[in-house]
Amino acid sequence: MIPAPFAYARPTTVDEALQAIADGGEDVKVLAGGQSLIPVMRLRLAAPETVVDLGKVEGLRGVRDDGDAIVIGAMTTHSDVLADPLIAEHAPLIAEATGTVADRQVRHRGTFGGALVHADPAGDLPAVALALDAEFVIVGPGGRRTVPASEFFLDYLTTAVGEGELLVEVRVPKLAGSWGMHYEKFNRVAQAWSIVAVAAVVRRENGRITEARVGLTNMGPTPLRARQVEEALAGAEATAEAVAAASERAADGTEPSSDLNAQADYRQHLARVLTRRAVSTAAGL
Amino acid sequence: MTAVEERTGTPGPDKEIGKARRRKEDARLITGRTTWTDNMVLPGMLHLAVVRSPVAHARITNVDVTAAREAPGVVAVFTGRDLADEQGSLPCAWPVTPDMVNPGHPSIAVDQVNHVGEAVAVIVARSKAAAQDAVELADIDYEPLPVVLDMEQAVAEGADLVHDHLESNTSYHFVFDAGETGTGGDTEQAFSGADVVVSRRFVQQRLIPAFMEPRSAVVQPQGDNYTLWSSTQIPHILRVMAAMVTGIPEHKLRVIAPDVGGGFGGKLQVNPEEILCLLIARRLGKPVKWTETRSESLMTAHHGRDQIQYVDVAADREGNILGLRVRLLADMGAYLRLITPGVPALGAFMYPGIYKFPAYRFECDGVFTNKVPTDAYRGAGRPEATFAIERIMDELAVELGMDPLELRRKNWIDAAEFPFTTVAGLAYDSGDYETATQQALELLGYDELREEQRRRRESNDPVQLGIGISTFTEMCGLAPSRVLGSLAFGAGGWESASIRMLPTGKVEVVTGSTPHGQGHETAWSQLVADSLGVPFEDVEVLHGDTAISSRGLDTYGSRSLVVGGSAVVKAADKVIAKARRIAAHLLEASEDDLEFSGGKFSVRGTPGTGLGIQEIALAIFAAHDYPEGIEPSIDAEATFDPENFSFPHGTHLCAMEVDTETGFVKIRKYASVDDVGTIVNPLIVEGQVHGGLAQGIAQALYEEAIYDDDGNLTTGTFVDYLVPAASDLPHFDTGNTVHAAPGNPIGAKGVGEAGCIASTPAVVNAALDAVRHLGVQDIRMPLTPERVWRAIHQGGDGGDRAPARSNAQAVDSSDAPSTSGGAL
Amino acid sequence: MTPITVRVDGATYADDVEPRTLLVHYLREQLGKVGTVVGCDTSNCGACTVHLDGEAVKSCTVLAVQADGCEVTTIEGVASGGDLHPVQKAFNEMHGLQCGYCTPGMIMASIDLLEDNPDPSDDEVREGIEGNLCRCTGYQNIVRAVRHAAAEMRGGADGHVVPAQVDTAAAPHVVGQA
Repeated sequence: MIPAPFAYARPTTVDEALQAIADGGEDVKVLAGGQSLIPVMRLRLAAPETVVDLGKVEGLRGVRDDGDAIVIGAMTTHSDVLADPLIAEHAPLIAEATGTVADRQVRHRGTFGGALVHADPAGDLPAVALALDAEFVIVGPGGRRTVPASEFFLDYLTTAVGEGELLVEVRVPKLAGSWGMHYEKFNRVAQAWSIVAVAAVVRRENGRITEARVGLTNMGPTPLRARQVEEALAGAEATAEAVAAASERAADGTEPSSDLNAQADYRQHLARVLTRRAVSTAAGL
Repeated sequence: MTAVEERTGTPGPDKEIGKARRRKEDARLITGRTTWTDNMVLPGMLHLAVVRSPVAHARITNVDVTAAREAPGVVAVFTGRDLADEQGSLPCAWPVTPDMVNPGHPSIAVDQVNHVGEAVAVIVARSKAAAQDAVELADIDYEPLPVVLDMEQAVAEGADLVHDHLESNTSYHFVFDAGETGTGGDTEQAFSGADVVVSRRFVQQRLIPAFMEPRSAVVQPQGDNYTLWSSTQIPHILRVMAAMVTGIPEHKLRVIAPDVGGGFGGKLQVNPEEILCLLIARRLGKPVKWTETRSESLMTAHHGRDQIQYVDVAADREGNILGLRVRLLADMGAYLRLITPGVPALGAFMYPGIYKFPAYRFECDGVFTNKVPTDAYRGAGRPEATFAIERIMDELAVELGMDPLELRRKNWIDAAEFPFTTVAGLAYDSGDYETATQQALELLGYDELREEQRRRRESNDPVQLGIGISTFTEMCGLAPSRVLGSLAFGAGGWESASIRMLPTGKVEVVTGSTPHGQGHETAWSQLVADSLGVPFEDVEVLHGDTAISSRGLDTYGSRSLVVGGSAVVKAADKVIAKARRIAAHLLEASEDDLEFSGGKFSVRGTPGTGLGIQEIALAIFAAHDYPEGIEPSIDAEATFDPENFSFPHGTHLCAMEVDTETGFVKIRKYASVDDVGTIVNPLIVEGQVHGGLAQGIAQALYEEAIYDDDGNLTTGTFVDYLVPAASDLPHFDTGNTVHAAPGNPIGAKGVGEAGCIASTPAVVNAALDAVRHLGVQDIRMPLTPERVWRAIHQGGDGGDRAPARSNAQAVDSSDAPSTSGGAL
Repeated sequence: MTPITVRVDGATYADDVEPRTLLVHYLREQLGKVGTVVGCDTSNCGACTVHLDGEAVKSCTVLAVQADGCEVTTIEGVASGGDLHPVQKAFNEMHGLQCGYCTPGMIMASIDLLEDNPDPSDDEVREGIEGNLCRCTGYQNIVRAVRHAAAEMRGGADGHVVPAQVDTAAAPHVVGQA
């Protein structure tokens, strides 16, 4: 299939991009890597009036050290993420999850920011961003603002990036102390989206788990934090039994969807099993 | 086997048969110098896009294509009404019973649509984009009718009808009863006297052939002649059928299958769009092209399988099988396509498998539903039969408390018993099930894995291990024409070949067997190089164009080498016979004194004399000196019609890990030993087995065409219809035993479908073997993790999958904010 | 229409394209590079894989306008002079193709993989080509082919890849021709 016709804008600066969005009419789509947008346009499930291509906008690609955080440009490709030494050092969870996204070709084009703003409930990076307490830097006609991950994912395919705005970069705080991380993904075939996945970030000291953050993929219309698990783990002994007990809370309060790949009760079961596995690995058990 | 000894006896280094020749076909395929149908560009060519029904069952109350006609670049729009008088009905070549009901199959719907995706209008435009844009402008009103999807409901009393002018949703009731045909005893009696009867209901889910090259057709009208290029397996059959459907005289229609990107039965069809291309090219007098999108392909190209099998087996306590009873519901879909009704009927003869059943009865109802028609898909009837028998043998073994292999051994045909006529009336040709099984057990490392299975059981490991067995046979080499006639098939099963000896000594082989990836060019060259004693490189194989290869019945049913290759060998024999007369004349010797070896005629007992067949080709081209009373040509043509099917067999073993916590299954090891008769090219044979395994395993684990309650195909893209990738499949350890087929001069049995037929039950049996101690008796295919988990933890067979929104459908612009930031 | 300039397989093309034109359609229909094919709508099958500025991408999921100023290599441009690329040769040698429809994409993806990982294991190859679907081969001979090519590209076959039965009468487990 061929996409429906659209007007095309190729800005070179963020200001130009914002202007292009403003001028684009009723239905504007921002094109980052295009690896979700273009298939949807080919199937004519989306037929935007204007496509604003960020491919030539300067300053959106790359990772930099910003003291207590690393900053990942929204247009940094998944391949760049996988090869980046700062991410490998400070947030290996991002690389681990990114390595499970689609396939090599898609990772060459798809972008970190695009995946987050697309906010597919089955996408892998949103839960990771939640677990790492990332912050989202958004620019718009009204200027620049920073939104914490906990306030970024609003609903199904909906984020805090408002009309006429752009995500430009994501700040990932560096973690002090002895942290372990793991992304446990469950799907049927290699290319498939996650049926359920769990991102675990665990701080372990003196045989105890001092802090745990658990992000859930595809357990609802938005990525979730498994707060009950986190609470149960905080201060718990770093043992298989303690982790298993805490993980029983992983699906509490979730309302996952039922679809071709899994019905809701099975997703909830998976969340518990995968949380146990993710946390155990992250805690080095 | 003596008949083939000379050709297939120990292949020496100078023999081409048996050599792992690298394929001739590859040179163009690895460099992108290919001729796929969609590559074709002709001056003035117009592009078609099809407006398709979004509803499964409805009356068409109004068709308004005014806006589409006005759209830029649109040359014409045709509705069903526009073409109603000339479109005829798509053919069904296999009326399996005399009273089979065929509702007829329009290429484009006129008054009523019967499945989602049925054509309701065709846009003809200057460009593909313009045609697709205008599709959205067609305005069609539908008055909904009740949607019939479930076969068991469709055959119930008072069911809604797919075709309301018919009396029921049943197309036919086909019965094979061994007692009545005299090939076995009375089935009811066998069951009534049995110690043990095991009954199961198996579901053969609907599959999609999913060839990689989407279908495409191009038609060029030249005066009253038409050339149709199509991505088809069957240019010859298509030509005959398209001529009959459209009224274009057969001799005015040329069909070309250029490079064809896979078929697997999915391109064994006379497609509505091929007919529409012909009709529209005839109307407009312009060349036209139609190429489907993948979504169109998944939605509208015919599907496969989709049967419900009720299987009963009877045995005594010692494990001697006494009888087999099979009742099928086979989903036809909304219409009967080329061999739709024949697929389950073909399977009827394979349910007894390799076992010596004294009694057997088979009944099948072909059932109409509001889905796309089913038809041939790799194995066509035989995978379903093999699955049923290999699954029920395991169930019987469990019931009897016997080792599943011991039960099989006790009941299979011994090597010394060949040829063996089965309860289904087939004469199995050759084989040795015990040897193949022993080889397979060694390849798998059976004993160690059984030991590991025991350890995992004892330690209550969350990951359990199981081993599945499938000892199978199948009927290949379709087919003896007389047998097809007795089964009411609308054509014969012969194949044609001709050999043209060119003046420079090069050889053109014309085959009626049209390849789409099988490597005919290479294998046929090997056959001819051996027969004629010419270099492999000197042989060119021509195919797939009815103007070049005028006679043929094409490629399906693992028939190409067995039937088509045999025709080539027979043609070569004729070339040699004709050349022998010329050689005798030129060598001034008696024909009886000539021997032919290594491409040369020489006079027996006179070393140094000799005349190469390639030299004779030049001599007879010049034709200056040849015997009186014969024609100056050594070219020859042959048609081979086999007298029997051939029966490949093999033992497939699968070791499967099941994560009992998540239900995730993973093949740990897969080993198979197949007997496909004489192996002409071991690389190609191995490749066919690998590919078949991938598809058979995919049926067991991944693939399923799912319709929602309204009759929409939910698995409408590759996001949801899970064709496995490299990382989803295991390494295969494959081997062969070789028992030449006595029924053809090559000794080949056919290999195209073996892996696909054998593997599915091996995989399912393996998964069940891993979790049977947890109380699991069956798990419905495909073995999704959810089904496996439910079967373990909730009982039953894992149940239906929720046909709700999928990932592909999830991304709907109407749900998304109008200016979302960068997409993934 | 948007003007673009693209270098494809060593030649430069300047064209006006509709923004909605996919790169693969631009290659096939405007440049005649029909060696690159389309197999799906959803970026799953990988048949359309080409290299865009040296990286494998699915050309059905890239707009032609996005390739403006870039260098594209297709299956038609990987052989240098008269010599096939080692990956092309290996696909032939190891029988890594049957119908050949997925082959251009499979080869382009494999070349990309070997640039990152010159000595992949079987599993690494399988994962590396997970974005490319083949319906014919069951992948095993593709894996062999990629590893065979890898060995050759590293400087001569080092023997740890077992070639598919080379010129033997039949597979290793054949029990004598009857």
